[in-house]
Amino acid sequence: MIPELGHYALVLALGLALIQGIAPVVGFRRNDASLMQLANSTAFVQFIFVAISFAALTACYVSSDFSVATVYENSHSMMPLIYKFTSVWGNHEGSMLLWVLILALFGAAVAVFGVNLPTSLKALVLAVQSWIAAAFYLFILFTSNPFLRLANPPFEGRDLNPILQDPGLAIHPPLLYLGYVGFSIAFSFAVAALIEGRIDAAWARWVRPWTLAAWMFLTAGIAMGSYWAYYTLGWGGFWFWDPVENASLMPWLAGTALLHSAVVMEKRNALKIWTILLAILAFSLSLIGTFLVRSGVLTSVHAFATDPTRGIFILVILVLFIGGALTLFAWRAPVLKQGGLFAPISREGALVLNNLFLTTACATVFVGTLYPLALEALTGAKISVGAPFFNLTFVPLFVPLMLAMPFGPLLAWKRGDLLGVAQRLTAAFAATVVAICVTFAAMGVKSALAPLGVGLAFFVMAGAAVDLCERSGLFRVSLKIALRRGLGLPRSAFGTAVAHFGLGVTLLGIVCATTWGSERIVSINPGQTVSISGYDLTFDGLVPRAGPNFRELAAKFTVREGGVPIGVMQPSKRSFSARGMTTTEAALMTRGASQLYLSLGDTETDGSIAIRLYYKPLVMLTWLGAVIMALGGALSLSDRRLRVGAPKPAARPAMQPAE
Amino acid sequence: MRWLCLFAFLFALAAPAAAVEPDEMLKNPTLEARARDISRELRCMVCQNQSIDDSAAPLARDLRLLVRRRLVAGDTNQQVIDFLVSRYGEFVLLKPRFEPQTFLLWGLPPAALIGGAIGVFFWMRRRSPADGAGATLSEAEQARLAALVERSTDQATH
Repeated sequence: MIPELGHYALVLALGLALIQGIAPVVGFRRNDASLMQLANSTAFVQFIFVAISFAALTACYVSSDFSVATVYENSHSMMPLIYKFTSVWGNHEGSMLLWVLILALFGAAVAVFGVNLPTSLKALVLAVQSWIAAAFYLFILFTSNPFLRLANPPFEGRDLNPILQDPGLAIHPPLLYLGYVGFSIAFSFAVAALIEGRIDAAWARWVRPWTLAAWMFLTAGIAMGSYWAYYTLGWGGFWFWDPVENASLMPWLAGTALLHSAVVMEKRNALKIWTILLAILAFSLSLIGTFLVRSGVLTSVHAFATDPTRGIFILVILVLFIGGALTLFAWRAPVLKQGGLFAPISREGALVLNNLFLTTACATVFVGTLYPLALEALTGAKISVGAPFFNLTFVPLFVPLMLAMPFGPLLAWKRGDLLGVAQRLTAAFAATVVAICVTFAAMGVKSALAPLGVGLAFFVMAGAAVDLCERSGLFRVSLKIALRRGLGLPRSAFGTAVAHFGLGVTLLGIVCATTWGSERIVSINPGQTVSISGYDLTFDGLVPRAGPNFRELAAKFTVREGGVPIGVMQPSKRSFSARGMTTTEAALMTRGASQLYLSLGDTETDGSIAIRLYYKPLVMLTWLGAVIMALGGALSLSDRRLRVGAPKPAARPAMQPAE
Repeated sequence: MRWLCLFAFLFALAAPAAAVEPDEMLKNPTLEARARDISRELRCMVCQNQSIDDSAAPLARDLRLLVRRRLVAGDTNQQVIDFLVSRYGEFVLLKPRFEPQTFLLWGLPPAALIGGAIGVFFWMRRRSPADGAGATLSEAEQARLAALVERSTDQATH
């Protein structure tokens, strides 16, 4: 009964989406406000129906109803409750349902919070949002229905893939989807503006909070995924340039560019056409990412060809939406009037530079990810494009970007003074030089580039600090005044500085962990000790244990620093009987921002065990930086001028006082 | 097995396991370091986007051992890589060579940057105030401006 209820709710949501996709547009053509306002209620009710559908599927998983095919394939009655919840989206069908749930959530949020949007714009935005939703409801109902029943329900399920039985699954996909799907709002706003043929600074102000929210979630989601991969993989890497990662990085790069160009549009009424294009691109890249991951085309072009239903369905959605939006763009964009002028050296100029590098970086990832697929499809030649290619092409694009970063916020609008800004950055330059010298002195000249990387990280961080000092007048005026001015600064100014600072922190983590990490790969017997970077680990022995749905063999290591025991690390190997799979669970010990990382290899018959032990200096900064970036986004979002929806005009006296 | 779980997610998750095993490693640390460097550039052909340095697949182990045998036999890094390409094709390289079929791949990023920069340059020049587009006002606009200025001074004095 419950699965049928969920199925039916999804069909109803599709019906509502079709109404919402048509009625407001008709209302817009006829200038009928009541038809346009219909979208408000349908958007909300649509969300309720998708939520019912999602809740129904969750109920099937939690009650281990193995008569439902996806539950049978991805769940097990012995699994801990949290994994029964998370396995709802730990598979293709359920994750698509999560996708549309978040899409509907954003639609409902626009309906509820966008109270100050002009009726016609809001109606069109919700209509476009509904077109996307309808396409994906159809996709789920026709190719990936999670509610299908089995004729002969088995007694036990086949268990969730053991690799996914991890708290990471509870956090990472929902965050990532909130980011991915959140860009749909910017897309809908862009398409609505193109249909209306009217776009101004207010548009940018309405779009920016949604973009900011999506960007924030995507940043946190990517970082969470990276950390998950880091501790699950067993060899301490945190970014692999895997096509699946690239699929999430591309919308992030385009979204970051969009955030910055929307600032120019909001403040100076310039870069309008470009901002619209970026809004379309950011979500298009999310769709392409969905296609890449969901269609199976990544494994090989041939795998795609053997079962192409899902792939082709998404490909059609892709072509319709991206192609449609770009055609509309080509047709309507010339109508849009260009706004404010600015000199090359100016805040606008710096943001254009930012956009140039970010979009080029995005294009690089795009080409690197799709080139092997395209080449194989066209010529049959098989090549691989992996980490060495991306490191070589992506890094040179990010270095100038980060070099320019501290300058941007300090430049004036319209016409800036580069020399003056450089002077104001003196403290940041000094911090950079000190950081480089100290790093060289401490680490030697073995890797000449890494200290420069550390310097760049400090330049970015110090630059962000200088930005806030300059704005508040700290060190120029009395502390009291500076404090008052600082508190009076708009939250978005803090947001910018904090987010930029976060990027510096991430860079510092990446440079330190990849350059000065150490590694020991050895075979060890009980009682023996292995040392790394000042830590001694003694192997005490193997301990067999039983978990709820697995058995594990844990290796107990006592960790000593300078002879003093500081803790125990217990990496383990788990075997899951339902799928006959084993996983290795790495043990992590955090020391400040650095980590000891220990994972197990093969056990030998003589009782010895192969281990890989890593010391990762400052590695936690990599993800901490991303969290800081997301916090910066949240700060900006809390700026009352940008509050989600449209800002209420501040209460002002009816007449401006005469000057 | 690794690629199976890829479909579940928008993010990479590999089958957890060991990559380089202690028994594979060379006694000579310089040679071993070179072997590791080479391994990071080579793809495990049965995995999804994993280098043989990271992969736990038996094939990756065979390739790692092969790389080490060649190094011990006195090959240079380039000779080892060439040998593997001659045996397994270009597919084994994680960083494709610069050759006709990859011109576009290597060329597009710099082309995008340079093309974008040129585009921005011309766009800025076309829009710069110097060419007069926004600098001068037509007579009608001048008149309207004068009227506006007058009105606002009126208001201010009232």
